[in-house]
Amino acid sequence: MTPPPTTDPEAGPAEADAADRGTAAPGSGPRRAGTRSVTGRVVRAGGLSLRVAPRTLTVGTAAAVLLAAVMVVTLTAGEYSLTLGQVLASLAGRGDETGDFVVYTLMLPRLLVAVLVGAMLAVSGGILQTVTRNSLGSPDVIGFTSSAATGALVVITVLGGTMLQVSLGALIGGVVAALLIYVLAYHRGVSGLRFVLMGIGINALAVAANSFLITRASLHDALTAQAWLVGSVNSRGWEHVVAAAVTLAVLLPAALSRTRSLSMMELGDDTASALGVRTGRDRTLLIGVSVLLAAFAVAAAGPITFVALAAPQLTRRLTRSSSPGLVTTALVGALLLATGDLLVQQLFPAAQLPVGTATGCVGGLYLIWLLASEWRGKGRYA
Amino acid sequence: MTRLRAEDLTLAYDQATVARELSVDIPDGSFTVIIGPNACGKSTLLKALARMLKPKAGAVHLDGKAITSQRSKDVAKRLGLLPQSSTAPGGITVGDLVARGRYPHQSVLRQWSAEDEAVVAESMRLTGVAGLAERVVDELSGGQRQRVWLAMVLAQQTPILLLDEPTTFLDIAHQIEVLDLCADLHDDGEHTLVAVLHDLNQACRYATNLVVMRPGGVVAAQGEPSEIVTADLVEDVFGLPCRVIDDPETGTPMIVPAARTARSESTGGSAEKSAGQSQHHGAVAVHEDAAL
Repeated sequence: MTPPPTTDPEAGPAEADAADRGTAAPGSGPRRAGTRSVTGRVVRAGGLSLRVAPRTLTVGTAAAVLLAAVMVVTLTAGEYSLTLGQVLASLAGRGDETGDFVVYTLMLPRLLVAVLVGAMLAVSGGILQTVTRNSLGSPDVIGFTSSAATGALVVITVLGGTMLQVSLGALIGGVVAALLIYVLAYHRGVSGLRFVLMGIGINALAVAANSFLITRASLHDALTAQAWLVGSVNSRGWEHVVAAAVTLAVLLPAALSRTRSLSMMELGDDTASALGVRTGRDRTLLIGVSVLLAAFAVAAAGPITFVALAAPQLTRRLTRSSSPGLVTTALVGALLLATGDLLVQQLFPAAQLPVGTATGCVGGLYLIWLLASEWRGKGRYA
Repeated sequence: MTRLRAEDLTLAYDQATVARELSVDIPDGSFTVIIGPNACGKSTLLKALARMLKPKAGAVHLDGKAITSQRSKDVAKRLGLLPQSSTAPGGITVGDLVARGRYPHQSVLRQWSAEDEAVVAESMRLTGVAGLAERVVDELSGGQRQRVWLAMVLAQQTPILLLDEPTTFLDIAHQIEVLDLCADLHDDGEHTLVAVLHDLNQACRYATNLVVMRPGGVVAAQGEPSEIVTADLVEDVFGLPCRVIDDPETGTPMIVPAARTARSESTGGSAEKSAGQSQHHGAVAVHEDAAL
């Protein structure tokens, strides 16, 4: 009776060990980072499997944290110089009258419009640059924003409408331009390059129309129009915040639902279609989302340049991802515009400088630096 | 039984009609190669077979149903295409690009299953790019890149593979490498391959079923290369006087263009245009021989 128990414990672990190695090696082998074919991490549970790019997560988190910091600084460092305590108290609903007035009436709407419009422009640009497979395929380069501005200017200078009507004009202008470009560039499907070139032509026309509308307007209208035309988040109210928030809440999920098609379209239409992407339908939907985002952004803040062009490029280079991460892009765009507005308020408090000036400077310098350092790096392979 | 069949196709770009009443059956398990002179509509036919081009009349049938009436993802699980040119997104790694071939088998909630991983690894092993998985596609040579794209199409796991000039832009050694790979896929008995090729001798070597097209999208002959390829057929279709001899390596038909002096005697002054065409083809053939 005694021999079996003494030999069994020895055989037991040995067998278990062998069984472990036998089952564990093939099972866990492919899960090690070194042997996996694709980049990033994979999370699996049951039939569910998700791919996660750690670097994209890091960049997104960093952008969100920075954005929060910029927002806090903007609220506390304004010309009304509230303390952090006052701001937090007001935000929590326990502030004094002055604090509440400054935060809720003067500061917060402007800040939130900057954040939302930055995100809208960035997503709009991110979609369009991917669909056209061209970094210049950005709504401010191919005339979506200028044409939206034309629509708004017609309302301001010719029809003399209200703020809501101006926004509607901007929307119509942007959509008409997009349709024009789409129809004119259509030849056996839509090629990215033709779309961009036609858009640059439409942009030139829209810019000319904008100048014309301003010169023939009355002085008062021309001043209103010019102030609006430079793109600014000065004196924006809660109605702008709500409009922008609703737009983003509807259109961002719509774009995200097509994000897998979007990254497949980068392979070229033939390859994407061959892999089962409904390129025609999805591209129309995505371009539609992009033009609506750009038009609503223009309606809320005027034609702010460069965010739509730079934010997706910055995001892509920071995340080093081969897919357009729209949420990260949105965060970077919001950060870009909020930072620009903070700089404008701090450096030129009296001048009421439009935020577009700052985004152009900050984003432009950073993009130039990134591109230059990238090309230097590439020189080794070329 | 043929799973893929083109029936009475009229193919056109806008107003320019490329082919009328074109019918082709792709035998299951065959390595079908489509050849023909430039602009005869062979790539257009392949596009129609791959549902990239909607026929003006007639239909392409896959498994008995019109291919244009089927769901894109369902078709993409059965029919893969390697287009003439594809663009790799900037900075993408080989592994990530090959993984894109799994798209028709994936969904939002099923982005990367163990099966995806296994299939991608196997596709990269078959095409010999497993060692390059972490490299950036932009940095690869032309031959390596083509093998990566092939791996991507293999990862799609379709029984039918369409290849549009898979050897273009490759030197002769890499051309043979890619064709050998295709032959291996055909030999495993699980794949039907349809390729458009330019080189007649390569087509004769590798095809089990040769489709010869003449300008205007007309099928001049179809069948096993050794049964259909004759000097008359080549002269008829390409306007090139030639001799057809046995390939010393494989015994398949081998087209040797007639010498320049012989051609000018035989064609005379009446067919200057076709003589110009044939000279062009002769020059290409000589160039490729030199590369070998």
